[in-house]
Amino acid sequence: MSFILQLFAAIGQIALLVLDCLRLLFRRPFEGGLIVEQMHRVGVRSLPLVAITLLFTGAVMALQVSYTLAAYGAKLYVGSFVSLSVVKELGPVLTAVMLAARVGAGMTAELGSMEVTEQIDAIRALGASPIKKLVIPRMVALMIMVPVLTILGDTLGILGGLYIAVAEIGQSSDYYWSKVREILYVGDLISSVGKTFFFAFFIGIIACFNGLKTTGGATGVGRATTNTVVAASVCIFISNFFLAKLFLFIQMSF
Amino acid sequence: MIKLSEIHKAFGAKSILRGVDLEVQEGETLVILGASGSGKSVTLRHVIGLTHPDRGTVVVDGQEVQARRERDLVSIRRKVGFLFQGGALFDSMDVHDNIAFPLREAGRPIRQIRDRIPEVLGLVGLSPRVAELMPSELSGGMRKRVALARAIAVAPRAILYDEPTTGLDPVTSNTINALIRSMQRRLAVTSIVVTHDIHSAFAVGDRFAFLHEGRIRFTGSREEAESASDKVFRAFLEGRTLEDEDGEH
Repeated sequence: MSFILQLFAAIGQIALLVLDCLRLLFRRPFEGGLIVEQMHRVGVRSLPLVAITLLFTGAVMALQVSYTLAAYGAKLYVGSFVSLSVVKELGPVLTAVMLAARVGAGMTAELGSMEVTEQIDAIRALGASPIKKLVIPRMVALMIMVPVLTILGDTLGILGGLYIAVAEIGQSSDYYWSKVREILYVGDLISSVGKTFFFAFFIGIIACFNGLKTTGGATGVGRATTNTVVAASVCIFISNFFLAKLFLFIQMSF
Repeated sequence: MIKLSEIHKAFGAKSILRGVDLEVQEGETLVILGASGSGKSVTLRHVIGLTHPDRGTVVVDGQEVQARRERDLVSIRRKVGFLFQGGALFDSMDVHDNIAFPLREAGRPIRQIRDRIPEVLGLVGLSPRVAELMPSELSGGMRKRVALARAIAVAPRAILYDEPTTGLDPVTSNTINALIRSMQRRLAVTSIVVTHDIHSAFAVGDRFAFLHEGRIRFTGSREEAESASDKVFRAFLEGRTLEDEDGEH
């Protein structure tokens, strides 16, 4: 019972944090420098991780499809399988989960340490807003960089499949690309990227909320960081199901 | 200049403040004494609205604090500097940017910021070269000095010190005490110092308040404090527990 109450209390507090962010988002000064700095930390520094994850995922998908499903004649459709699964699901979800682990955890640990050493209070005491200085730059950076990283991840996933198709199965790259182009529609790309705005929002708001609410020294920071990774990943997986339904419904309607 | 009336504050089921009344006159230094965990720091945080009371009123320079929203507190926070216990310097910024932070927030022009930083570093007895260091490169005493420099950068009319000498060696503690005194003389600021260090309290204070079980049990001058008859306050000043006292009589 107390868990459910705590959950609802947290959802309420997160809603208030979101309202505060929206209220302060368009108020001057815009903190452009802080946003760019966060975009570098979120985007540029996560690129190798996302690249490796998706490159190998695309490759292993191609491997599994061409050998495991060979009896169904799947070898010819490696390009279709890989591109569809990477663009529609694996690209956005894996990118988001990797960022929840790398960036979300980092944000909570950083804000949590600032909270327990009274740096957040110091920002307030010096006449500034921690939401404006810390939360909004992180949220904006995530909302911009997660979609960008997903597009790059999708591309690398398809390239990973291409390598296996050419090097292991002996397909021509033209044939692989023709299969990719045949199966992918603009709608798939829109739904792939569209989902990631929601994922970015979940990672950012959960990471910042947990960071700002940290109590209890180093142990508290550790606990908050773990919470962020777990809660953000769960939110990504659950929301992914409903977002997939939503985007399928939208695609069907056109 | 600062007046707290009937402040009540509880965290969850734990009641910390149970009707704190406190008044600080312009230009004086009030020391709030009390055991660890007695709510001294919580009391101090109420002054600039970092913590909101469950009941009671806080008035700073004629303006009510407790009813204000966060953004309406900025004008009060520019008037009252706060020195946090551990300094609370921003780890990600060097000393220069730490001190420039409140100045930039107050919209001061770049030239003025550039001139002000060595000036406040000088006021706290540090060389301008310190500006290039990161907080992690500073000793405990230097961190407190830099934090004080940051707190006085926008020339506040009052400074609140939260345990300024805790965790420092006796020599550094004395220099911090001397610094608090010099702030009073040179900047003519009103100060509240929260501490459990009696030596430091008597070194800096004009007037003393003793916080015990969520209420102010004593207020008065140094002479009044030294001749106070209150049993609990006497025991605190002499570093005895009440049980010792009971045992004696």
